[in-house]
Amino acid sequence: MSQLIMRNINKRFDKLEVLKNVTFSVRAGEVHALLGVNGAGKSTLMKILAGDYEKDGGTIEMDGKEIAIGSPLDAKRHGIGIVVQEVDTALFPTLSVAENLVIDDYTSGFKLSRLSWRSIRKQAEAILTEMNILLDVNKQVAECSLSEKQMILIARAMAGNVRYLILDEPTAPLSENETETLFSLIDKLREKGIGIIYISHRMPEIKRISDRFTVLRDGKQITTEEIKNATTGQIIRQMLGKSLQNVKRQPKPISPNTLLEVKKLHVPDTSKEISLKVHEGEIVGIAGLVGAGKSETAKALFGAGSAKGSWIINGKDRKIDSPYDALKHGLSLVPEERRKEGIVTGHSVAHNLSLPSLKSFTKFGWLQLKKEKVFSKDKIEQLGIVTPSEESLLKNLSGGNQQKVAIGKWISQDRNVFLFDEPTKGIDVNAKKEIFQLIDSLAGQGKGIVYFTSEIEELLLIADRILVMYDGEITSSFTGAEATRENIMQAATGGKLSETNS
Amino acid sequence: MKQTVEVKGQYSPGANLVIKERLVHFLFRYGTLLVIALLILFFSVTNERFLTYSNFTDILRSISIVTLVALGVTFTLIVGGFDLSVGSTVSLATIGSAAALVWYRQELLIALLIPLLLGLLVGLINSFIVVKIKIPDLLATLAVMYIVNGIQLTYTKGFSIYNNMPMADGGTAPGVFIPSFLFIGQGKLFSIPFPAILMIFFVIIVHLFLSYTKAGRLLYVTGANREAARLSGVPVERYRMYAYVLSGLFASIAGIVLASRIGTGQISAGAPLLMDGVAAALIGYSVLGQGKPNPFGTFVGAVLIGILLNGLTMMNVPYYAQDIVKGTILVAALAFTFYHKKAADFKI
Repeated sequence: MSQLIMRNINKRFDKLEVLKNVTFSVRAGEVHALLGVNGAGKSTLMKILAGDYEKDGGTIEMDGKEIAIGSPLDAKRHGIGIVVQEVDTALFPTLSVAENLVIDDYTSGFKLSRLSWRSIRKQAEAILTEMNILLDVNKQVAECSLSEKQMILIARAMAGNVRYLILDEPTAPLSENETETLFSLIDKLREKGIGIIYISHRMPEIKRISDRFTVLRDGKQITTEEIKNATTGQIIRQMLGKSLQNVKRQPKPISPNTLLEVKKLHVPDTSKEISLKVHEGEIVGIAGLVGAGKSETAKALFGAGSAKGSWIINGKDRKIDSPYDALKHGLSLVPEERRKEGIVTGHSVAHNLSLPSLKSFTKFGWLQLKKEKVFSKDKIEQLGIVTPSEESLLKNLSGGNQQKVAIGKWISQDRNVFLFDEPTKGIDVNAKKEIFQLIDSLAGQGKGIVYFTSEIEELLLIADRILVMYDGEITSSFTGAEATRENIMQAATGGKLSETNS
Repeated sequence: MKQTVEVKGQYSPGANLVIKERLVHFLFRYGTLLVIALLILFFSVTNERFLTYSNFTDILRSISIVTLVALGVTFTLIVGGFDLSVGSTVSLATIGSAAALVWYRQELLIALLIPLLLGLLVGLINSFIVVKIKIPDLLATLAVMYIVNGIQLTYTKGFSIYNNMPMADGGTAPGVFIPSFLFIGQGKLFSIPFPAILMIFFVIIVHLFLSYTKAGRLLYVTGANREAARLSGVPVERYRMYAYVLSGLFASIAGIVLASRIGTGQISAGAPLLMDGVAAALIGYSVLGQGKPNPFGTFVGAVLIGILLNGLTMMNVPYYAQDIVKGTILVAALAFTFYHKKAADFKI
């Protein structure tokens, strides 16, 4: 049987070994799910196969012969295609569906001499008919829906005689109906003998669509099995591995006073509704995998995503249309993209620390620079920010210290609720510990915390209550003994609902 | 694949890199001042009349108008925007005050208020189109530039406004450029030209405003990272609007000084000031290593352009050829600014 084998693949970035002797194979006519938590090495492995990265060691074989893949063009020549997650990066929005379908012919340069509109359309229609895709070839790609764009990319790969196709989280942006359409297309490809590598976090889909699965963890291949022989629980345990220490947070009594409550807040970016309650001194963790809609929700709660709904803050109904309003009513957000959204890197530590509370350093419009200086020196000491002085530009500080500034700027008496979005992203272990202590002490002062992350371990350490977000909605809630990595992961990958007790 | 091996061998020695980096850094900081010093040296050697008091006051007068326009441009650059309409706003303000004085015999107050209001209005229109309708700043202000230019031409039917000009009804214009108005552009205080005093006054005011007020700080923060500013609760749209309004306002002040200095309402008189003003503000970006638009740097930029143009004129370089020099200077200044920026970004 024809198959594609990646044998003993190694890859390192600087000192970091991201792939260690990984062996992975796909047979013709199977759907093979590639699984693993964030950072397990899935993307790197697939990028090597697609010719984006060069491997440091190992071989790639097709039908028993070794092949060399040094560029995306090589991969294409060997019949390996990829449909990336961000479909828009691979399409030309102002061109028609037909032109996008045959674009590889344009670039290969052979058929330029007989480029006629009629033949392009005919060719494109033939491609679509063969795959049973209903789509007007004259439509502009910019007007196509996300699922249509995916279809175009798959069809284009097929037109290029692809034998092995990588689908990277294809269902993340799709509705249920669109997912069904995609699945029937995948079935058809399977019948044609195409080998499909299917990357996804959604367990029900994987169980439904795939034949075999491979789990990667920390850059190592853990297992490859038939999907029908494995339960969701087993797969999740293999993805997570044994936890080093199961440090659990001591349960603490939660005050009955609600600080923030949102009811049926409609988040436009996820087109889902969300309800949430945060009590005084409570740390609410929101777990969700990448693409679950955490950042969108966090921003919506902060008034930055033009969300519609009602906020009840300290028992009072508030309207929050902008971050400016959120600030006024005591909300704070530490966004995920620190450099892009959390801090102004070209300004000094002092400028950044005083930014949200600049009003209190202003008299008749004039800044009280001395007061600001004293304030920032205090903050720097209090938070242990390592910086030559308060006047140093923030871009010269390390990630962890930048994050302390991004958090520290919000800390003041009139702040009630803190929203953290992946606050430990890209910072070292020590800084992580310090940030946890900081968050804990904020809760100790009676502030309400909402902590969004895809790192379940972190939530087990810090959160009093863990909510799980899946596809833009909060699907379950865990406290105490129920809050285990397996349970949370199961819910985050779309496993069955656990009882909610929020 | 073969190439990667070769590239690895091509590391340049570290010492050279440091020297190069230092040189770029030095030029970024002091390059503009250095160029000004060299220009003064060159022109004083080649032309004996260059280093005279009367020439000095001439330069100051011409710099003052450019600086006023450039201060406005500085505001829009600070918030990460751009205003191409400043030149035509200067023209409109010039025509506005001239028409008030000559056609309608108004006193000083009205002759000042009308151009100021016109400038504010253009600024508001710009900010509405750029901030609310969200047309990219260059395109929006380019369109407004044409509209404003067309308005001042239509209003004057394409004729300049001057004392005792013939009117459509057969008589002559009822008013004149009154002495109090002319003083703004032509007068002297303590033997310093009044427009120069005005310029220094505004440079200081703008400097104080930008460095020591909350509004100034928030303008800079908005420009440095709009999303981070917004997520810190800064009403960024409001501050972007302020910048365009201030830009229009400063262009109209420049228009008043220009009308007063030449004593007529020249149509399209502000057109060349767009290039000078933008160049001054962009050159000023790097002065003393500020690395951001700033009023003092803008002033230095205007000085550079003023000295250059004055010197070139004395050397009988025709005005149309001066544009070539101006453009080249601008490219050089921008090259330093952006090259340095890129180098700094790489370090992160």
